[in-house]
Amino acid sequence: MGDLVIKNLCQSFPRDDGTTLSAIEDLNLAVHDKEFVCVLGPSGCGKTTLLRMIAGLDTATSGEILLDGSRIAGPDPKIGIVFQEYSLFPWRNVIDNVAFGLEMKGVGNDERYRVAREYLDLVGLAQFAKSYPSELSGGMRQRVAVARALALDPVVLLMDEPFGALDAQTRNMLQTELLGIWEKTKKTIVFITHSVDEAVFLADRILVLTPRPGQICEDIVIDLVRPRDRTSVEFAKLRRRVLELINQPKCTLQ
Amino acid sequence: MPAGVKEPGREWNRMDRLLKNHRDRWLGALALVLALVIWEIYAALIVRNSFLLPSPTDVLFAFFSILDKGILLADFTESFIHFGIGLLMALLVGIPVGIAMGWSRKFDAFLDPVIEILRPIPPLAWIPFAIIWFGFTAYSAGFVIFIGAVFPILINTYSGFRSVPRIYVDAGKMLGCTKNQDMIRYIAFPSALPSVAAGIRIATGVGWMCLVAAELFGVSNSGLGFNLWHYYDLHQMDVVVVYMVLLGLIGLAFDMIFRYFIDRHFLKWRTGEVA
Repeated sequence: MGDLVIKNLCQSFPRDDGTTLSAIEDLNLAVHDKEFVCVLGPSGCGKTTLLRMIAGLDTATSGEILLDGSRIAGPDPKIGIVFQEYSLFPWRNVIDNVAFGLEMKGVGNDERYRVAREYLDLVGLAQFAKSYPSELSGGMRQRVAVARALALDPVVLLMDEPFGALDAQTRNMLQTELLGIWEKTKKTIVFITHSVDEAVFLADRILVLTPRPGQICEDIVIDLVRPRDRTSVEFAKLRRRVLELINQPKCTLQ
Repeated sequence: MPAGVKEPGREWNRMDRLLKNHRDRWLGALALVLALVIWEIYAALIVRNSFLLPSPTDVLFAFFSILDKGILLADFTESFIHFGIGLLMALLVGIPVGIAMGWSRKFDAFLDPVIEILRPIPPLAWIPFAIIWFGFTAYSAGFVIFIGAVFPILINTYSGFRSVPRIYVDAGKMLGCTKNQDMIRYIAFPSALPSVAAGIRIATGVGWMCLVAAELFGVSNSGLGFNLWHYYDLHQMDVVVVYMVLLGLIGLAFDMIFRYFIDRHFLKWRTGEVA
């Protein structure tokens, strides 16, 4: 299962002048099992803050995050994450990066490498098992990061603008690959992006986040059939609708 | 892309670097030869006093006379013992303390003032206490070398641990590496290792430099540093130069061996990050 429920979530940080900065205020959302949700919003609207709280890396000021009914209180193997920055351990080769989570769990050598190889296969990089991250391109690194997150078989996969640093062509390719992986593994995916195009291409549902304090101002169901064609009329229409929605006053005003 | 394609590319880069090094190496050799020639001419024709400035040939003959006496092996052994004691202790103290200070802000705040006050005291200033505490033993020479070597190791370990990228810690946590000792072992230490290794390399150099002084006060009857002073007392300056050159060459050898291991170990994952 992978039902994610967020209730009355608030996050604020103390500022140097003594006041507090409210990054997220009273945020509520529900992500269903096996759903692909994109969180869309401009830079600095608290998208990453939200994701880090779901991941259990940061603690909310108030409110709660429930995964299948139980509260998230810290990093949990049921939740995997792919960061925006390159996060592979440079001192480990690709296969040892993918096997890292299993190694921490105490899984034996043979089993660990078997599983790691399986997930490397899934992202199409089996032949780079012995390479080091510095020898890979940006797109390949992020694919390995996806394999590494999936190797622990989490129920929820969080992705923080994972393709943000890649060129447009690689980006489109990886989006298609990600959808393939999602269809095969059926994880719940929460994907953060600031690209409307990316969100419309990937998501079952787009949640639009307002700038500080972050709140959800629109919940848009994307019912376009997959595989989606970026150049189709329907796609363009949907993209225009999403653009209109995120530009309306309630989504832009602070 | 087939697996084999990446390999030759990497090989090529290495070949390229090696070739480039080879092409320019004769320049360095030329400088060495020139320096020797100038030194020889200056000493033999202008100074003409082998006490004030022994010429390279004087030094060469002195070297053969020392070889004849057969004392060099004992010198090497003695000096390596002193150096080994000092460096080993520096590693045993510097790395754990550096890790603790780099990992825990509390421990850092606690120990930092003490370290900062001790650190600028020159290793040679510890010689009186080295003698009082350890007597005229190898340990007392080792202690002076330890003082010289421990701080570079400690500081580099500390800064390596301090600058572990947050993203690796977060990624580790999300993959189930949450216990403190696991995070140190699997994330912080490997991430800091290049910095630790650089610290050890600096410490090797500093420690070696302390050797001559550490052997100056007579902890043994042999040793490269000891005999350097001994032959100075005998006014055999050509032999003094022999020991100077030996000290320099061994220091250089340490550095080269160390660099070779560092390159072999870290280059494979740091290429592209340092270049």
